[in-house]
Amino acid sequence: MRDYHTSTPPASTKELDATQKFNVVAHNISKVDGEGLVLGRPAYTDDLAPQNALYVKLVRSPHAFARILSIDASEALKMPGVACVLTWKDCPRIPITRAGQGNPEPSPHDRFILDEYVRYVGDEVAVVAAENEATAEKAASLIKVDYQVLEPILDFEKALDNPIIIHPEPEIHEMFPIGFEPKRNIAAAYHMEIGDVEKELATSPVTVETTVHTQAQQHVALEPHTAFSYLDIQGRLVIVTSTQNPWHTRRLLGLAFQMPLRQIRIVKPRIGGGFGGKQHIHIEPYVAMVTMKTGKPARLALTRREVFEATFTRHEMRVKVRLGADPDGALRAIDMQVLSNTGAYGEHALTTFMVAGSKTLPLYNKVKAVRFGGHVVYTNKVSAGAYRGYGAIQGLTGLESAMDELAHKLGMDPVELRRKNMLHEGETSEVFRIMGEGTEGVAMIIESCKLEECIRRGKELIGWDPTHLVQEVAPSKVRAKGMAIAMQGSGIPLVDMGSARIELQDGGFFKLHVGATDLGTGSDTILAQIAAEELGVDMKDIVIHSSDTDHTPFDVGAYASSTTYVSGSAVLRAARSLKQKLIEAVSLKFGVRPQDLTFEDKVFRTIDGSKELSLNDFSYDTLYHDGAKMKTIEATESFSGDKSPPPYLAAFVEIELDKETGKVDVVNYVAVADVGTPINPNLAKIQIEGGLLQGIGMALYEDVRYSDKGHMLSHNMMTYAIPSREDVGRITVELVDSYEPSGPFGAKSAGEIGIDTPPAAIANAIRNATGVRLTQYPFTPERVLMAIRQAEKGQKGQT
Amino acid sequence: MIITLYINGKKESVECQPGEMLTEVLRRAGYVEVKKGCDTGNCGVCTVLLEGKPVLSCSYLAIRADGKQITTIQGAAKEAEEFAHFLTAEGADQCGFCAPGFALTVLAMKKELPNPSEGEIRHYLAGNLCRCSGYEGQIRAIKKYLEAEHA
Repeated sequence: MRDYHTSTPPASTKELDATQKFNVVAHNISKVDGEGLVLGRPAYTDDLAPQNALYVKLVRSPHAFARILSIDASEALKMPGVACVLTWKDCPRIPITRAGQGNPEPSPHDRFILDEYVRYVGDEVAVVAAENEATAEKAASLIKVDYQVLEPILDFEKALDNPIIIHPEPEIHEMFPIGFEPKRNIAAAYHMEIGDVEKELATSPVTVETTVHTQAQQHVALEPHTAFSYLDIQGRLVIVTSTQNPWHTRRLLGLAFQMPLRQIRIVKPRIGGGFGGKQHIHIEPYVAMVTMKTGKPARLALTRREVFEATFTRHEMRVKVRLGADPDGALRAIDMQVLSNTGAYGEHALTTFMVAGSKTLPLYNKVKAVRFGGHVVYTNKVSAGAYRGYGAIQGLTGLESAMDELAHKLGMDPVELRRKNMLHEGETSEVFRIMGEGTEGVAMIIESCKLEECIRRGKELIGWDPTHLVQEVAPSKVRAKGMAIAMQGSGIPLVDMGSARIELQDGGFFKLHVGATDLGTGSDTILAQIAAEELGVDMKDIVIHSSDTDHTPFDVGAYASSTTYVSGSAVLRAARSLKQKLIEAVSLKFGVRPQDLTFEDKVFRTIDGSKELSLNDFSYDTLYHDGAKMKTIEATESFSGDKSPPPYLAAFVEIELDKETGKVDVVNYVAVADVGTPINPNLAKIQIEGGLLQGIGMALYEDVRYSDKGHMLSHNMMTYAIPSREDVGRITVELVDSYEPSGPFGAKSAGEIGIDTPPAAIANAIRNATGVRLTQYPFTPERVLMAIRQAEKGQKGQT
Repeated sequence: MIITLYINGKKESVECQPGEMLTEVLRRAGYVEVKKGCDTGNCGVCTVLLEGKPVLSCSYLAIRADGKQITTIQGAAKEAEEFAHFLTAEGADQCGFCAPGFALTVLAMKKELPNPSEGEIRHYLAGNLCRCSGYEGQIRAIKKYLEAEHA
């Protein structure tokens, strides 16, 4: 059993400056839905499905690439209780993307809800609906499909210009130029250069080149993807689903089925985790097809195996980084070349790929030249999609591995090398302006960056001494330290938009409606905190309802670390606007000027003290008592950022490496982050702690493995292990004082920054422990041991 | 076939198929607080107490539970509410999908282990996975909960 009494000092319990400054914001308030969820009250999609709903099962492809010659459903249809069997012939021939993104979508429209071709093992072939689950399962097994099996491409290194073309169909297209060349198996491509990288590299006294290969990773949200649908009394299609983006889902379903959007309503109840995995359309079309065909409610909850085999993974990437520097460590050039594997369809192909550069390269903004480019290719593996970190984790793993190699070559403390070159407050990077997510970027001056403080405190917590990074603790067991720094964004500037509506109710409380989508992160809670702070009321005076396309205002959804910054800013604006309207209404009632009225502690008072009215009394006046002057007082506001202020994080890890077995164990992981004002420090910290553990899982063992025929071998939680609470030692997260002027009460994002550092920081610690640079993820004991043995052999060969 | 279960102290006669697991039968009977996560006995979200001991209901044949006492989180609501207070105070409830099974296991641990070390706590709860929290917040909550119970 692990000893948890480590040498790392516990996280500071010092209050943040913001906690003293605000009443509700920057305070640890329990999630509004927390107790109900712990007590298991019905809340998630499958808990709420109608009892009379048909059960939907999907027939899936057993082949990595094949053409469907025929589908014989006659045996299935004979079974009592079977309601329908639907195939590609029942689908309009409209190419869409399953990526829930803005409009126009930066992902190619290369997918049909059901198609004559199947492009990975698990691709959808037919939809079966029956009165109970057992019948649906049995009926699905009776459907006979005749396939013409085609040779697949499984290795992404061999995809480009392969004679096998995965997407020959003529109807598919891009919505705007994304470098889409399906005849070459290219889903997207991009290139940019600032300065002359080759010239700078050629004239740099010191250069390094490091290539890392990061693997596909599964989200493993504990709630499988689930949806149910029904027709409402007006005959409209209602879909209740575990989605991160109700509006994108509605828009794309409308396109797929050629339905007016007014005929569709999407509702998101509680969700059991997302991490990007529910930013896609995996299940909604199939329940919708059944409901539209039969007129009956339909439900579909994926099995865990289906979640593994047929939803999305993280994009596998090969990232090559070349650095050029002066002998004093001043960076002169960065070149990052990336090959990304999007799998069978191009969801999030361009955007994750661009983020590999756009959310990493600005970290080192003092270079004379910087270049980024490469391709995103199709293969016959399950599609890759959005996953927390979204390209940044892959790019950063390459960049921060190369930075450490440079430090070794220069004989410099890796911390000092980073401090010498990194971004500071008041500075900018050309990369912000040039690279966006699928489009041009937006120029931005950094107004909050406390990386120096994050590094200072992180060094203190881990006990960083560059001359003692390695320590033998037992024969063949070494402890070693490593580090990395990271940045992310806060929403996509000029693309992401969120809205909020606040309305005064009788009883003097406020109804807050937001389109933002709480995935379990606590966004309903922090958005209510923002409203309460601005209105000067308690949390209990705000009743929040979110994520219903009929009942809440528009929001793009929860992704790209956008909710706190984008949706939170919309809430702040709505609360500010409502407060103004309340003061105006009461001043009219009192016959005074608005500026002569205050609203504090839920009481309106004239400055001279002559009149006062409680919010409670006013709420009845305006809704019941004031005759012709009665009115609902509400405000709706929106926000779209013209910048995306990055949060920052400095990470320090201490590993224990067993040189006999190759096992790497994380003993301590210290992360100090600048997320601006944390609206709810506990919830922000948990976001980072959870992100770190997912990143550690990616670094050490999570891996999507296939047979040589393209069958996924890691298709359950036995063969794809996520970290348990015994697998990692102490994780210590601290937040530093920081204030982002453009964010709500100074806030930036916290959702993704946590995941970015572990693959690089752990690689850097292993490098310190063994002298070997590991580049092939994950770092399983076999790989570590083989790398050590190979290095030993190499050394022997030299002597 | 019909089996008899004593769920949260209430006698229930429920229909079940041969080979069917307890999770399915419980959810169909309306006990949706028992979650379905991995189908292979790995994640722990389906945990119920069977005769007072935590079992993974997704890997427990329903028919084996015939005539037995089953407690779901709703049957331990009073105690669970106390623990929920500590868990939510740390923000470690997150998406909540693992929480009912996790909380039931914490309650069982409290009865079984008198004064567990952190290592023992983590070991006892190792079968209850959480993908959101990174576990540290849950551990903080458990420690504070146990301290308060002992005080």
